[in-house]
Amino acid sequence: MSSPQPRPDALVVDHLDIAYTVRGNLRSAVRDVSFRITPGQAYGLVGESGCGKSTIALALVNYLPRNGAVTGGSVEIDGTDVRSLRDESHRRRRARTVSMVYQDASRSLNPSMRIGRQVAEVFTVAGADRRQAAERAEQALARVRISDPAGVMRRYPHQLSGGMQQRVVIAMALAAEPALLILDEPTTGLDATVEAEVLDLVAALRQEISTALLFISHNLGVVARMCDRVGVLYAGELVEQGPAREVFTAPRHPYTVGLLRCIPRRDHLKGHGVLDTIPGFLPAPDADVTGCEFADRCALAEDRCRTDPPPMYPVGDGRGSRCHLHERAHELPRSTPPQARRAPEAVAATPLLQATGISKTFRSSGADVHALTNVDIEIRAGETLGLVGESGSGKTTLARVLLGIVEADAGAEVALDGQPLADKTHDRSREQIKAVQIVFQNPDSALNRRHTVRRLVGRALSKLSGLRGSTRDQRLLELTRSVRLADRYLDLRPGQLSGGLKQRVAIARAFAGAPRLVVCDEPTSALDVSVQAAVLNLLAELQGKEQVAYLFISHDLGVIRYLSDRICVLYLGRVLELGSAEAVFSAPHHPYTEALLSAVPTVDGSTNERIKLDGEIPSPANPPSGCVFHTRCPRKVGEICETDEPPLVEQEPGHAIRCHIPLAELRTMQKPERPAPAAIEPVA
Amino acid sequence: MIVFLAGQKLPGDPGRAILGPLAQESGVRQLDHKLGVDRPLLTQYDAWVTNLLHGDLGTSYEYNRPIAPMIRTALANSLKLALVAFLMCVPLSILAGVVAALSYGNWPDRTISVIGLSALGLPEFVSGVFLILIFGIWLNVLPLDATPPPGAGPGTQVYHLIMPAIPITLVLFGYIMRMARAGTIAVLDADYTRTAVLKGLPRRTVILRHVLPNALLPTITVVATQVGYMVGGLVLVEYLFHYQGIGALTYNAATNKDFPMLEAAVLVIGIIYLVCTLVADIAYTLLNPRLRLAAD
Repeated sequence: MSSPQPRPDALVVDHLDIAYTVRGNLRSAVRDVSFRITPGQAYGLVGESGCGKSTIALALVNYLPRNGAVTGGSVEIDGTDVRSLRDESHRRRRARTVSMVYQDASRSLNPSMRIGRQVAEVFTVAGADRRQAAERAEQALARVRISDPAGVMRRYPHQLSGGMQQRVVIAMALAAEPALLILDEPTTGLDATVEAEVLDLVAALRQEISTALLFISHNLGVVARMCDRVGVLYAGELVEQGPAREVFTAPRHPYTVGLLRCIPRRDHLKGHGVLDTIPGFLPAPDADVTGCEFADRCALAEDRCRTDPPPMYPVGDGRGSRCHLHERAHELPRSTPPQARRAPEAVAATPLLQATGISKTFRSSGADVHALTNVDIEIRAGETLGLVGESGSGKTTLARVLLGIVEADAGAEVALDGQPLADKTHDRSREQIKAVQIVFQNPDSALNRRHTVRRLVGRALSKLSGLRGSTRDQRLLELTRSVRLADRYLDLRPGQLSGGLKQRVAIARAFAGAPRLVVCDEPTSALDVSVQAAVLNLLAELQGKEQVAYLFISHDLGVIRYLSDRICVLYLGRVLELGSAEAVFSAPHHPYTEALLSAVPTVDGSTNERIKLDGEIPSPANPPSGCVFHTRCPRKVGEICETDEPPLVEQEPGHAIRCHIPLAELRTMQKPERPAPAAIEPVA
Repeated sequence: MIVFLAGQKLPGDPGRAILGPLAQESGVRQLDHKLGVDRPLLTQYDAWVTNLLHGDLGTSYEYNRPIAPMIRTALANSLKLALVAFLMCVPLSILAGVVAALSYGNWPDRTISVIGLSALGLPEFVSGVFLILIFGIWLNVLPLDATPPPGAGPGTQVYHLIMPAIPITLVLFGYIMRMARAGTIAVLDADYTRTAVLKGLPRRTVILRHVLPNALLPTITVVATQVGYMVGGLVLVEYLFHYQGIGALTYNAATNKDFPMLEAAVLVIGIIYLVCTLVADIAYTLLNPRLRLAAD
């Protein structure tokens, strides 16, 4: 890194300290962070929520909230110290050397201005006249592979899909060809296929222009795919940095080691054993930690870790680790014993829940929107059925039909234990209501903020189990302990709990009536990976104990694979593939499943060749003729795909695919996945 | 209907009110009969509604003249007052709100917020009396009487209306200013404002083009609704400044048990209110591309 460069480094962050003023007290958010990005390089910052990722990004563009301030260190972008820039002309100059793209693209665009005008602004501010600006805006949109730039220019942001919006934002950010582009969780909240497209686009644009990237994400897979170097943040400190591949394959800090172990790997299934987690919590922001910030959660910690803050030890290869014991980091013992779970019980032959002929048509401004078309599924007692599909595929509608929140079209039949279930929850018997429960994505909005945990769970117990008095109190304790909620949390309100704890409360509530089937609608997507691992472990444990079945909805295929016995792939309201998790995840599979799987970035760098899907998911108001997937299918065979809808055929026992291509032919087209090892990989 | 019932059921007798306390009991009865107020309630309501639907607002007990022309004059006067107050108040309040938001937490914000809140708590009759004392009597720069001399030109009319408009401005100032302030603060925090700033746009452009159009949308609704208030709720101001507006007319009708007049006046005020709210909603829809395009 010492070799002289003709061009200054795109970004040099040197001993950066940032603090927020909270009720008159200075609260340190980022401490002593140093890193640099050379021109054209991509640097990833990873870490869980609250570790200071976004604070650093905002400090780089001088946009910290009012109560935040850089209290020490320096930031140089393209050779200029950012903190020295104050007045208007400097600010505008800075805006040309650095731009930023952040999470929710729908909120980054002005809702009351047409796209064209918003993009053109970047050029007018650089001195172009109106006509030139419009022309260059159109070119900028074309560069981010928007197929009809002129048409998009005339639209308002809300008329574009999430992926398109993010492209527009990227087009604006790159318009001035800045020296540094900051991407703060740019794909969080997007579907896997859209995410992959946006990432492809960014990777391709890097080849065209020499912009350096600072890529911030909690998703280690995404960072592994995009970045040359990576820095791991913990509690406001950079604890490890180095070349991405090496950091992810041979981490030298216990936190990185723990973080990597939390992620369900592609070959790690619930039958193989529990996921590892990181015990404990981030230190409170006002905590006075004398030694290493991570010592309290680190199983390797020695006395000196608690007294001497470790410096950033150079560990070769331009790598650094802020750990006294960096040489032994990989010896970090598991926090949860890796015991293999009991082999899955022989799943009952008779289905617990059987749904046949489920269709749902919504009427929206005169048009029929087919959310679900003739879906047949069955869930057996004690198994997990994973539901996979992009947004708009009908996953949530299906879950709601089963719960009786949404009424299916005539002809649908749902039966529980062979007994028909009424369309509306209202008309179901108490036993049936108890039997089917739900855990929502966002526990914040699912729990009444004014009630204590005791009251939230207690109410569910008296409503669902009809328990009263001391028996209820006793059951309440059993229940909260079984979801690993310490008794001291019982009298707190949801606002005082962390996201993971709130989700435990939601799970306890769903389990209050000893359910037979729990619908889990993206239960971990709002959680950090270490918390996600704990919640997934809990769900798997409860399943083993209570023989409960799950309908598990998630866009995270790693999570789905870890927990599911069988998987159902939905597209535009139709089942495209249904089968055992193993059969669905390994070739041959439906071309859509194949594309979905190839879109998932993995941490271990074993990148599949990505199968690109053309265009966007069509509108369910006007689904394509024939096979609904033919408009985007990379393996379309011909006219038959446009005219005839293929039937869902069980091509091998327990594995059904809706495709005109015969299974044998699919098998020869698709590479078989490497076989899953029988035992859990020993990371140590 | 509520207006009708309240007028009829509250204690007090129109005949007695017209003839005065010294009149003979038999005379009062005779007059009540002539006015029709001794008929059963339903019959009266039926007659009132039927006449109303034919465009006949009835005849005033008090003045013994048709009501419609009186209402028309009063309404015109009130609208003039409302217009003057509107023109004084709205730009000022919005400007103050935006200035406050832009200096959020600093002294201009605090000053404006305190003024707005105090103005909100200051009833028209209190501020009105002070204004009369200061500008009308002490400084003697503004006329005491809001009604201009007959045949006065528009300039003189406005001149006469300035003082009555100030108390209304004060009350609405707090309202509109706070809406504008809250809206602007929210939008200043929005991600798209950050996008605009990071594009390198000058601050003026960011505020005029990106912040204000989005921030002031909700304020428009409030402003339009307040116009309804300005027309109907000015009883005290009109009374204080001897102005023959619809508020004063309503007040007189109520004290004199002039039910047909009261009913007609309240009805007209209600309609104005409704129209204003409707205009507000339409304006909001037209200015918001999301709603406008959803209708396509």
